[in-house]
Amino acid sequence: MSLQLIAVAKDRDREAFEILFRHFSPRVRAYLVHRGSDTKNVDDILQDVFATVWQKANLYDHQRASAAAWIFTIARNRRIDALRNERRPEFDPQDPALQRNPVPGGEETFIAWQHAKTVRIALDVLSDEQREVLRLSFYEGESYSAIAVRLGIPLGTVKSRARLAFARLRTELGSKREDL
Amino acid sequence: MTIKHHVGDDLLLSYGAGTLDEAMSLLVATHLALCPTCRADLELAEAVGGVLIDRTPTDTAVDEAMLEAVLDGACQDDNAGAPALRASNEALVLPQPLYNYAGGDADTLRWRSAGGGIRQVLLKTVGAGTTARLLSIPARKSVPRHGHRGVEATLVLAGSFYDRDAWYRRGDVGIASPEVVHRPVAGPEQDCICLAVTDARLEFRTPIPRLLQPFHGI
Repeated sequence: MSLQLIAVAKDRDREAFEILFRHFSPRVRAYLVHRGSDTKNVDDILQDVFATVWQKANLYDHQRASAAAWIFTIARNRRIDALRNERRPEFDPQDPALQRNPVPGGEETFIAWQHAKTVRIALDVLSDEQREVLRLSFYEGESYSAIAVRLGIPLGTVKSRARLAFARLRTELGSKREDL
Repeated sequence: MTIKHHVGDDLLLSYGAGTLDEAMSLLVATHLALCPTCRADLELAEAVGGVLIDRTPTDTAVDEAMLEAVLDGACQDDNAGAPALRASNEALVLPQPLYNYAGGDADTLRWRSAGGGIRQVLLKTVGAGTTARLLSIPARKSVPRHGHRGVEATLVLAGSFYDRDAWYRRGDVGIASPEVVHRPVAGPEQDCICLAVTDARLEFRTPIPRLLQPFHGI
């Protein structure tokens, strides 16, 4: 899917966009519905998300993110804008005050992390409990305290599961980074 | 510049998932501007979000009309809120997006006294009970001893402060959990400018600051 997104960015390729839209729009829709909004609102946000994908594809950096990860960030931000009526503060990669990585090419050493396939394999290594906390947080958009209530476990347990899951992902992907 | 104190996985993961409120998101985003290490971690977190969306089974039909509408540009992406890029030769204290929230760099803001020589600028954010403010603490001065009902996160932007056996410098984040009672002190080299975000009001442990009206906002 990342190749299609690159084609949209480079050539405004309508067929490539159609492939992306057919794959991702039902999935992004399900994500937005999970986050508790009425259908009309969901369609508005969904159209907004894909208008951004179509018009801002030139901002996509395939060395930094998979197409899925990039589309996830757009959907996440639009949902915050629309449903919570909040701004989403983000750092600006063009900001002169941005602290660059002092190691030459250092920011590129993490490319392997973005390969969705690698992340998918790594997610499968996690325990069911760890994966469930990540899913509730990233997919359903539940805060840690809401997850604690929902699963009937202490807040500290939710946090430690998320932390352990992330540490495990780092290790799994770190060790795989050598092989790629 | 080497950052020693990072925002930590709890805040970084919640920011990646989009579940933090606006004030705490502002602190994380500002730290990210100053910390390449955490930017790499955020990319990993967002890759997780991508995989979770990608592997969702779905039987919903594709909305053909929406596909046409998007391709025909019926829905223009609204770019009105995008800030103009700043000149690259400026030595700025406030990175984006903090600069936009404050409405300028540190030396152009309308600082108000918070008592004890400390000055502050309140930042407008949405979110129940959470506040974001810029604090300017004179060199060698301390913030009155206080405790917390919630979490207090402090990101250094200029100068430094010392708190509970550690020094915090530009980009570092100090996190005080609800049980912490502390009295941070600004370093001697210059006034310490920092972004402080609290998710509940601070509780002062000494009687004097209670009388200082401006401090009651903290």
